[in-house]
Amino acid sequence: MKNTLRNVFHSPRFLVGFIIFMVMVLTVLIYPWFVRRDPLVSLGKGFLEPGTYVSVYDANNTGTYRVELPEAAEKRLEATLPTEDRQTMIDYLKAMGVDVSGLDTSNEKMEDLLAAWNANYDEADAKKNKYEGFATQAKRNALRRIDNKIKGSNNDVAMSVVRGEGDDATVTTVEGSDYVKVNEVANSVTLPLGTDNFGRDTLTELVKATGVSLIIGLIAGTIATLLGLLVGLLAGYLGGIVDDILMFIANIFTVIPGFVLLILIYYSVGQEARGVTTCAIVIGVTSWVWTARSVRSQVISLRNRDHVNLSKLSGHSLFRIVTTDILPYIASYVVMAFILQVSSGILAEAQLSLLGLGPKTTDVPTLGLMMNWAKLFGAYTSSNAWWAYFPVILVIALTSFSLNLMNTGLDQVFNPTLRD
Amino acid sequence: MILPEAGHGRFSVERGHSTMTKGMRKYFKKKIFWFVITLIAAVILNFILPRLMPGDPVNAIVGKNISPNATQEQIQEQIAFYKHQFGLDKDLFGQFWDFIKNVFNGTFGVSYSQYPRTVADIIGGGIWWTIALQLPAILVGWLLGNLLGALAAYKRSFYDKALMPVSLFFSAIPAFGAAVILLVVFAVNLKWAPVNGAYTTGMIPSFSWNFISSVIAHYQLPFWSIVIISIGGQAVGMRSMSIYELNADYVKYARFLGIKDKKIVRYVFRNAMLPQVTGLAMSIGAMVGGALVAETIFSYPGLGMSMYNAITTSDYPVISATTLIITIMVLLASFLLDIIYAFIDPRVKAAQFD
Repeated sequence: MKNTLRNVFHSPRFLVGFIIFMVMVLTVLIYPWFVRRDPLVSLGKGFLEPGTYVSVYDANNTGTYRVELPEAAEKRLEATLPTEDRQTMIDYLKAMGVDVSGLDTSNEKMEDLLAAWNANYDEADAKKNKYEGFATQAKRNALRRIDNKIKGSNNDVAMSVVRGEGDDATVTTVEGSDYVKVNEVANSVTLPLGTDNFGRDTLTELVKATGVSLIIGLIAGTIATLLGLLVGLLAGYLGGIVDDILMFIANIFTVIPGFVLLILIYYSVGQEARGVTTCAIVIGVTSWVWTARSVRSQVISLRNRDHVNLSKLSGHSLFRIVTTDILPYIASYVVMAFILQVSSGILAEAQLSLLGLGPKTTDVPTLGLMMNWAKLFGAYTSSNAWWAYFPVILVIALTSFSLNLMNTGLDQVFNPTLRD
Repeated sequence: MILPEAGHGRFSVERGHSTMTKGMRKYFKKKIFWFVITLIAAVILNFILPRLMPGDPVNAIVGKNISPNATQEQIQEQIAFYKHQFGLDKDLFGQFWDFIKNVFNGTFGVSYSQYPRTVADIIGGGIWWTIALQLPAILVGWLLGNLLGALAAYKRSFYDKALMPVSLFFSAIPAFGAAVILLVVFAVNLKWAPVNGAYTTGMIPSFSWNFISSVIAHYQLPFWSIVIISIGGQAVGMRSMSIYELNADYVKYARFLGIKDKKIVRYVFRNAMLPQVTGLAMSIGAMVGGALVAETIFSYPGLGMSMYNAITTSDYPVISATTLIITIMVLLASFLLDIIYAFIDPRVKAAQFD
């Protein structure tokens, strides 16, 4: 036993898979200690991009620090001067007869554009001459607004903030070089993966969902493996009529695709009863067949071995023969089958949920439910919110990848022909 | 034909023709018996399981269609009318008899959500899209995957070190994940292909160039999403089968005999192909079920999409019919496979003499 374990952990594939898997399990276990937020609490409205969000309201009450960043004005302009304004500037310069061949609306050309603008724009001139395309008053007002914006950012014009109403109103001025410390803002939140359609923190939700999906996989895998083992052992060892009946049931389960059976059973359970546990149990009950078949064929090849016959002659009970003379020989296979069952259980849940047959629960998220929400609320088409579905796909892929790696690692240890 | 089983061929010739046909007849009888039994079990399951669903589908339909100020009597009348229409006023055996009759007359009953359309009408609209999408995709994916897998097994040193973990990771990406990534990258961001449907909405199917080019453009993403997924699985399977065969005793023996490597490789891959043929037949059989993911993500109007709509609208005649079609296709595929194997695989041929 000790030796086998050492062998197993010397297999690089198994080790890598094991480490990835354990990192995920540990994240699921440790993360809630640091972020105590309920994973399903709604923080905002709709998809918010990943980033740190600072309360504007509270930012005004914190201490003010003067920081002179050399590129601050430039950055501010880049952020406040939209592409349409830049296009208007270029159009106006063109109408004035300035050479605009080197200018465009990109951030890289910002400096050139500003230089050209400051050299050529003149308010008095703009009032007097009605250049082509800029004949109306509204158009010229727009030009003045743009110019003010540019001057404002360069000359550090203070902004007034009025708080309260009437006599109680206080006015504070905020200058371009005023800064607040993020730590001092009472309410700020970092959302590394943004929020989903319900405004819930995607990362916290994802960690919780990974945990729930792993539990579903483990329950489904355990049920499928135990059922398969039991059926396979009984059918293989007892043979005869028991074998015929059990294999008849297994045949039906093989021929009717597991997925169809899953949909049918799942559907007949009804929406209300579909919790996480039900989901796991149904997946487990529909996926034991392959394990049962392989266990059976291995038991058949084992049951006439000499040591089994000796046990029989010694009058040992059926239970003892099975546990001491047969199980140890198929243990490695059962472990591998279990790993695969866990992996396919997680996938099955995800597919079911994607079809809208997932656990009907508002208490916990699962990986499949997150995919389903992303699909229903247009995360990949209209909103283009990659953070709401891509990390989920990645987690599912990583889970099955790590489990498959562990499985091939074990395979190499136990089936030396596959070894290098 | 196949190297290690050369002995069996001689064996069967010595035994003479009559024993073989007798064994074969017994084999076929057994297979047909199992086919019929499982078919019956499948039909019964298909009938019973959706009907165990709590809640009355008729109430839902009436609630949706009736005017808000209808009297209690009118509502009852409507419920009775629909119950009669769907045959739900009969007992379970009566319903089962109706179900069987509908299966045999090919209508599969009336859809609940799209009343008065028949289920056969809904399915007939979708099945050709599914077949046209799935069959070429499965074949292409299977061919490419096996080619890659065989190559990988033959040139192990390079592949195992570098490509194996990568391909293991890619084959771990779930089917819906790959479909979503393709959709987002190529349809939403690059705009190379349309986002959903099988042809531009509002177009009337016809044999015009416009329509056909639209169909081809819409075909690309669902097609490649299925191909990519099947390549991964097939390659990994073919690789391990080939490695297993390459290490078999008959290969070592053939090498001792001095048979050329090229010739041995041909035998090896022919043997390794056998389980892959099973895989191909089963995935063709499971076509409709496999279409579910790609079709729902790309809103492709195939059978998978009909099934998805039926699931979301609790339309269980349609669910029953689609699951029945899937089951029958899988059953037929595995049955035909058993028959074909009896001819092509000498090991099965030999087993008939038991």
